Amino acid sequence: MSSETKQILTTDGIPLEVSLKKAEKKNKIKAFLLVAPLLLFLIITYVFPIGEMFSRSIDDKMITNMLPKTFNEMEKWDGQELPPEEVFAAFYYDFKVLVEKQEHGKLGQRLNKEKNGFNSITKKLFRQVKRKKIDESIGIKEQIMAIHKRWRNVEYWQAIKRTAPPYTMAKYLKGMDMYYAADGSIVQVEEDRRIHRILWLRTLEIALLVTIFCFLMGYPIAHLLATLPMKYSNLLMICVLLPFWTSLLVRTASWMILLQQQGVVNDFFVMIGLVSDDSRPEMMYNKVGTYVAMTQILLPFMVLPLYSVMKTISPSLMRAGKSLGGTPFVAFWKVYFPLTIPGIGAGCLLVFILAIGYYITPALVGGASGTLISNQIAYHMKTTLDWSFASAMGLMLLTGVLVVYWIYNKLVGVDNIKLG
Amino acid sequence: MALPSYTETRYRIWHYIYIAICTFVFFFLIAPLFVIFPLSFNAEEFLVFSEGMKNLDPDAFSLRWYKDMIYGTKNPWGLAAQNSFIIAIFATIGSIILGTLAALGLSSRHMPYKGIIMATLISPMIVPLIISGVAIFFFMAKVGLAATHTGIVLAHIILGTPFVVITVTATLSGFDHSVTRAAASLGSNPVNTFMKITLPLILPGVISGGLFAFVTSFDEVVVVLFLAGLENTTIPIQMWTGLREQLSPTILAVATCLIILSTLILISAELLRRRSERLRGINR
Repeated sequence: MSSETKQILTTDGIPLEVSLKKAEKKNKIKAFLLVAPLLLFLIITYVFPIGEMFSRSIDDKMITNMLPKTFNEMEKWDGQELPPEEVFAAFYYDFKVLVEKQEHGKLGQRLNKEKNGFNSITKKLFRQVKRKKIDESIGIKEQIMAIHKRWRNVEYWQAIKRTAPPYTMAKYLKGMDMYYAADGSIVQVEEDRRIHRILWLRTLEIALLVTIFCFLMGYPIAHLLATLPMKYSNLLMICVLLPFWTSLLVRTASWMILLQQQGVVNDFFVMIGLVSDDSRPEMMYNKVGTYVAMTQILLPFMVLPLYSVMKTISPSLMRAGKSLGGTPFVAFWKVYFPLTIPGIGAGCLLVFILAIGYYITPALVGGASGTLISNQIAYHMKTTLDWSFASAMGLMLLTGVLVVYWIYNKLVGVDNIKLG
Repeated sequence: MALPSYTETRYRIWHYIYIAICTFVFFFLIAPLFVIFPLSFNAEEFLVFSEGMKNLDPDAFSLRWYKDMIYGTKNPWGLAAQNSFIIAIFATIGSIILGTLAALGLSSRHMPYKGIIMATLISPMIVPLIISGVAIFFFMAKVGLAATHTGIVLAHIILGTPFVVITVTATLSGFDHSVTRAAASLGSNPVNTFMKITLPLILPGVISGGLFAFVTSFDEVVVVLFLAGLENTTIPIQMWTGLREQLSPTILAVATCLIILSTLILISAELLRRRSERLRGINR
């Protein structure tokens, strides 16, 4: 065969192709081994825990483990009429175990989240079980139903049945102001209680507006920095880089001083007669503070990518545009601006991604109307201790960010991120 | 930016508007930092300029908040500074080692799945800090490292490595691989080649990545808020509590020190960048 006769051999008689492949494979393994420590470290300490957030956010095993007999019997029940004696009996025996383990309170709280009114009737049942008032030799169904009228209501048994699966999407629904109704369908909460939707929209609004402000302010100065002679632009670059390297909290502190009612900005407004001394506007603890502080803090992240793109655009292109009869505006709009679009994309996406997850600055200068979704996550982590809800909200936010990150990666490429 | 003499009046006007806008933006960027300096020397307890300060009365200025920062009774800044430096130094070392190795691997043209691996390694920089904080907290709590220095150091290595990976990969992009082959052909083993040839050439990138990692750790507050106990308090945590609760001018004294520190870091980063460009033969 012709291919075999043409095959080139290395000195030790192995075909060159095989030998090259072997060397290639060795290099691949070598390269991979260099990356492996960091990759492994990140997977264990970072990627897996994020995955754990997901299982935590949908986890509902606690109640599944509490009522094993009940759920077993309930599989045979159609869920339309009141359940049969077996279900009542199974529930009673499960409950008795919980009373012995003193876990009946947890069950009441969990069921109360599913349907209001469970807490009091489980307490009533608990007292009956504790005093051994329930006779196990006769029909248990009748005795339980006699304790409280809600035990005779089929809706409460349907609620128990709904908690049977070990997983639930309830936390995600809650994050979007929705919940499971009695019949298992998804409904929205009343108009005036949709707090999370307001937060999502506000987060989006603030992130978008901050990105636009950063673009409007960053574009001119990036242009100036890229076109000025080196010795001037280096000096001005410090104005961009010093805030970039300065602690976030220091910069937030300086805005708190500037924007307070007796602060420098208000002093200035009074001095130039814009406002009178006794009607100084409130500029902090509201959205204004969040916008101003976040724009200044994120501006360097817009300027640096824009600058690195603009630096590569030759000034002769603009001159050519003008010499071909374009006015400076036309030359700018038709020649210069299109060339800067990669930089605009990089800067805007970077600022948007950073802004949407912001936490510290809004918490300090934002007040009640300036808080974002991140603040809500922190609140549930630290104050209400509803970690599964915090995880669910975190993952919803993460999904949004990853979509933007993916677009960013497609358009710009993560390896093109430039720092300083 | 002198305009040519033939420029029409309306473009002249536009040009001055442009300069005015740029001046305003630069002022907006840098001025807030300078309001902290004078106020940190305030003799009074309020965070506003007193009448005396406006008239430059020497009695209105004092060093009392600096003294309070250093000698104040029951003040947390000493412990916080100590913790911050210890944590940041170890986190930087860890980030540099892991990040540089990874960057070397990623820069090899033989590296398989480069795109997805790079995206994973950079992700701690992109994922919102609050989510990183929650995830890292779950992990550290599970392995019993919550409220320990080790836990915080590991968390900061996670957050710091992307910067090292990015800067070192950038340095390696202009790296002439024939020098390492030359070393190998002269009988040098890979470790020796790395220490004697590669490392000195990429050192500016490594150090500037290290500076980023240091600043990230030194300034990090979201993750530490989840992880730190009373013993592990850091400067950012103290500033955070201070800004939320009692806004005392001591914070401004600390802030002034931090601005000086960041100026020093900025200067070293700039010098390193220029040195790196010289070493890579990029002349501008």
